[in-house]
Amino acid sequence: MEFAELIKTPRADNVVLHRPFHLAVEGTLCLTGHHLIFSSRRQDNAEELWLLHSNIDSIEKRFVGSLGTIVIKCKDLRIIQLDIPGMEECLNIASSIEALSTLDSVTLMYPFFYRPMFEVLEDGWSSFLLEQEFELLSSVTNEWRLSCVNKEFSVCPSYPPVVIVPKSIDDEALRKVALFRYGGRFPVLSYYHKKNGMAMMRSSQPLTGTNGRRCKEDEKLINATLRSGRRGFVIDTRPLTVAQQARAKGGGFEQEVHYPQWRRIHKYIERFHILQESFIKLVEACNDQSHNMDRWLSKLEASNWLTHIKELLTAACLAAQCIDREGASVLVHGSEGTDSTLQVTSLAQIILDPRCRTIRGFEALVVREWLQAGHPFQQRCAQSAYSNSKQKWEAPVFLLFLECVWQIHRQFPCSFEFNEHFLILLFEHAYASQFGTFLGNNESERAKLKLPQKTMSLWSWVNRPDELSRFQNPLYEANSLVIWPSVAPQSLQLWEGIFLRWNRPSRFLEEAEEERIHIIKYNKELQAKVNALRRQLAEMETDGEVQ
Amino acid sequence: VENVRLLDRLSSRRAVVGTLYLTATHVIFVENGSETRKETWVLHSQISSIEKQATTATGCPLLIRCKNFQVIHLVIPQERDCHDVYISLIRLARPVKYEELYCFSFNPKLDKEEREQGWKLVDLNEEYNRMGVPNNYWQISDVNRDYGVCDSYPTEVYVPKSATAHIIVGSSKFRSRRRFPALSYYCKSNNASICRSSQPLSGFSARCLEDEQMLQAIRKANPGSDFIYVVDTRPKLNAMANRAAGKGYENEDNYSNIKFQFIGIENIHVMRNSLQKMLEVCELKSPSMSDFLWGLENSGWLKHIKAIMDAGIFIAKAVAEEGVSVLVHCSDGWDRTAQVCSVASLLLDPYYRTMKGFMVLIEKDWVSFGHKFNHRYGNLDGDPKEISPVIDQFIECVWQLMEQFPCAFEFNERFLIHIQHHIYSCQFGNFLCNSQKERRELKIKERTYSLWAHLWKNRADYLNPLYRSDHGQTQGTLHPQIAPCNFLYKFWSGMYNRFEKGLHPRQSVTDYLMAVKEETQQLEEELEVLQERLANLQKSQSGNNKIKSKQQDRSKQFGLYTSNNSLANTPQEYSNDLKSFPSRSPSQGDEDSALILTQDNLKSSDPDLSANSDQESGVEDLSCRSSSGGGCLPSEDSGKDSDEAVFLAG
Repeated sequence: MEFAELIKTPRADNVVLHRPFHLAVEGTLCLTGHHLIFSSRRQDNAEELWLLHSNIDSIEKRFVGSLGTIVIKCKDLRIIQLDIPGMEECLNIASSIEALSTLDSVTLMYPFFYRPMFEVLEDGWSSFLLEQEFELLSSVTNEWRLSCVNKEFSVCPSYPPVVIVPKSIDDEALRKVALFRYGGRFPVLSYYHKKNGMAMMRSSQPLTGTNGRRCKEDEKLINATLRSGRRGFVIDTRPLTVAQQARAKGGGFEQEVHYPQWRRIHKYIERFHILQESFIKLVEACNDQSHNMDRWLSKLEASNWLTHIKELLTAACLAAQCIDREGASVLVHGSEGTDSTLQVTSLAQIILDPRCRTIRGFEALVVREWLQAGHPFQQRCAQSAYSNSKQKWEAPVFLLFLECVWQIHRQFPCSFEFNEHFLILLFEHAYASQFGTFLGNNESERAKLKLPQKTMSLWSWVNRPDELSRFQNPLYEANSLVIWPSVAPQSLQLWEGIFLRWNRPSRFLEEAEEERIHIIKYNKELQAKVNALRRQLAEMETDGEVQ
Repeated sequence: VENVRLLDRLSSRRAVVGTLYLTATHVIFVENGSETRKETWVLHSQISSIEKQATTATGCPLLIRCKNFQVIHLVIPQERDCHDVYISLIRLARPVKYEELYCFSFNPKLDKEEREQGWKLVDLNEEYNRMGVPNNYWQISDVNRDYGVCDSYPTEVYVPKSATAHIIVGSSKFRSRRRFPALSYYCKSNNASICRSSQPLSGFSARCLEDEQMLQAIRKANPGSDFIYVVDTRPKLNAMANRAAGKGYENEDNYSNIKFQFIGIENIHVMRNSLQKMLEVCELKSPSMSDFLWGLENSGWLKHIKAIMDAGIFIAKAVAEEGVSVLVHCSDGWDRTAQVCSVASLLLDPYYRTMKGFMVLIEKDWVSFGHKFNHRYGNLDGDPKEISPVIDQFIECVWQLMEQFPCAFEFNERFLIHIQHHIYSCQFGNFLCNSQKERRELKIKERTYSLWAHLWKNRADYLNPLYRSDHGQTQGTLHPQIAPCNFLYKFWSGMYNRFEKGLHPRQSVTDYLMAVKEETQQLEEELEVLQERLANLQKSQSGNNKIKSKQQDRSKQFGLYTSNNSLANTPQEYSNDLKSFPSRSPSQGDEDSALILTQDNLKSSDPDLSANSDQESGVEDLSCRSSSGGGCLPSEDSGKDSDEAVFLAG
């Protein structure tokens, strides 16, 4: 298929662009296979807007006489309005955008066409290999091994080819355990707490069914993570009733009789369409320009978004607490083990592991706990909050995780190497990107699509020093401690950076950020100068004495 | 009273045993057996209510709620002791004479001259001159010289030049409590002004020629504009109801060239109930998110804050953009009018966003124009229906603006919180009584100290590190957004959950930046010294021992600042842990000195606030409750039970 077939009107003049908190601009609109490009012709303030078609969530058109208006709502939650003279042009453009923003085939997506304009210093596709992670782990413990049992994605289609499992469990046993866990997602190591040797594992639900099936290998596998005489915790992200109901469909949970050393805790974390609806309601509230405070608060409350944030953070704190305070190993799972499970395990690591609070460590966490762990990004991020097409698998699972990180960041503003923009960047790229990183639903699909060969990795771009500097938190000072966030409602706030991003005049906040950077930078410069002078003086003085 | 237990509001398991002392001015709780001898001090004047609950097996619970939003939950073993304490506190918390208040016994060890200097720090004459009056349009009037016209107004008021004494007196007779229109703010650049008054006694049809002339005079004082806005800050319904009592609002037909506008800020009773409801939400034990948000909405508090802000924005816009003068009133013109005039002034004039300017603003719009501090904040025992968080709301408006304009204010959040504290503390004389007249009669300036001097002395603690006087945000008028989705009104946990440190961000950007700036200043000084020495050395290569020893001193000193700096990086809650587990200190410097530095930080700014070491005890409690940061040592596991409770309960 040629994109040109879809573009009947590639260019329109005298188009007016409207955005909140910006003056309307007149200019030229161009459509290409992957972009909508608007360039203003004003000499003094030449401005170009490039919008990926894949970033467009929904489009509305209306006419007043022959002047057409298109309202474009993006997955990054921005809303723009284009006034296009000429009914036919406007209709053509609208239908082109509609077609181009809903391409069926992944291989037609922009990442397959994108040619980077920068020099690749480091190939992001191989920046974060599990083998490297294992090497680090081997330097502190020999209780674990790297298993290639899933080399051909045959044991578990949503797992990566290599996984870390207890050393005492062989591949044969793993195959058996995989048959006992939903989707073959047998328990694997998610995080090893160096301080006390406790482990966090993740999996999917066990397939106990109504007749209480058991699997000796499964029991042996997870018991292998326990110290003798110690108990572990299973954190089930479903409420007990849901877990019980799951048995009727062949699923289930670890029963005490078969897992006497494990205590099960049910922490309810919302899933799928409930989250998506909550997201849609929240975004709707944030776009309500009404001046009424009651209406705003009641819409905010009705969206339940902050409730989900609080639940998720609480579950993550609990997991971290079991590991760090109780000195117990933990197994986390929900039903499929690809959504709430990953939210909990990755957030617990943010709390426990200072490395995850660095830029590189956070990237590694996203790769390990989300991409390699098989979070179905393509399904979850196919549509954002404005879509009016029927939902299938969409849910803002990753966004919720990012927001929880932001909440912790807000409470510990000096303990993260990255800033808020970095989290926003990941949100944007998970929904629409020129990079292949978030395409596909798991490693198996990514391998089939040959993404590493055919597309550029987000990390190749972001880890270049030029880019990286934009994402550094000026206040960062490494904090080796475990950081315990408060989960009280008073401590949680709406993430303005995402939800009010296009709806607030950001100048003042940006100026504050610049000022912070300036204060720190100036301090560091002075420090360097003083140190240099001191050294120089010391040298001169010793020279003087020698003389 | 011995063996009293102080309960943690959030976790019943975390109670401490100690001794309770009642003094003439404070309730003091001293913890038993801890090396640091932790003390909780509460001023009697801060106590807003005392509740004795039913005796249980463990003793008799006593709940003390404070005006600075601290809640103290004590359990006293003997019912009789509890009753005695209760009775004494009721008496002590409700003094009947001004002389009983703390400011008459408080002595910060300053001599007479220093005290007088302190009172001169904020000078309203100077302030009116700064605004540009008197001038061709405005003059000072001595009509109220002996409080003869209006006893709740100051002696010196600015009025339009064309308003004769006859007009003023005539107008005052047509206004509630004779509060005639007077100047609150004058905008030099376009002659527009903000005036304030009380409601006219118009009833259904009454008129007053002098009052009409007075408003004319205000309009004429702004030659660039052919009308003035008259802003009634009350809801229309309330204003109309007032007409039945012979009061009311201006009839546009009787006054030429006015545009009349209702704003709709609720009265003090609604505000009192609203705060009460919000505090109930704050006090909920482990509320869910929707309990909290629903409670917040239901309290209406943020709606009221927004109404005040919107009124301020409207007036600031009229003055700055339209160049139109505004007359503001409510009923008596001392509550809503004060709120709205001061918010508008703050938006209009960058001076009020400086530390000194903010003091001046409160002095001008609140203290001098007879805001009834004594009645509103219950300093003396009085009618509970008079109590209302009027200035608290203004202070919150300022905080909400600070959140939106982080570089626009010279002062920080702590400054606001300390001012709020002292409005209730009665430790300084500034906010005593209901009017200037009463304060003069009581000889406040001779007998008490000024808060402004105290704050000014500690101003380093109150600086906003992001403020630069040459910065864009610090210039000109602020234009906040109006819709809640553009201007996010937040719940101010720093104020209303002030004593629950565990709810606040564990690392303070402000403190961190302040420490960095302090270090920067040291570096600048050192750089200068070093450069000088380098120049000297280059001149004569003869090394000099004296200089050398000096250098060592300096670098030692320098090390200390660095350690202070990294301590700021560590969540402050952990500072107590730091002492018990020095190995965990991330700082390369001397831990003890670093620790002292933080405590200094807490204390220096305000002896009473933090000698009141509940701040620290709150810190300790919470650091454990929320299973503190450190956690590096297994010995800390003692905290685990309740930790679990915290997350499991959720």
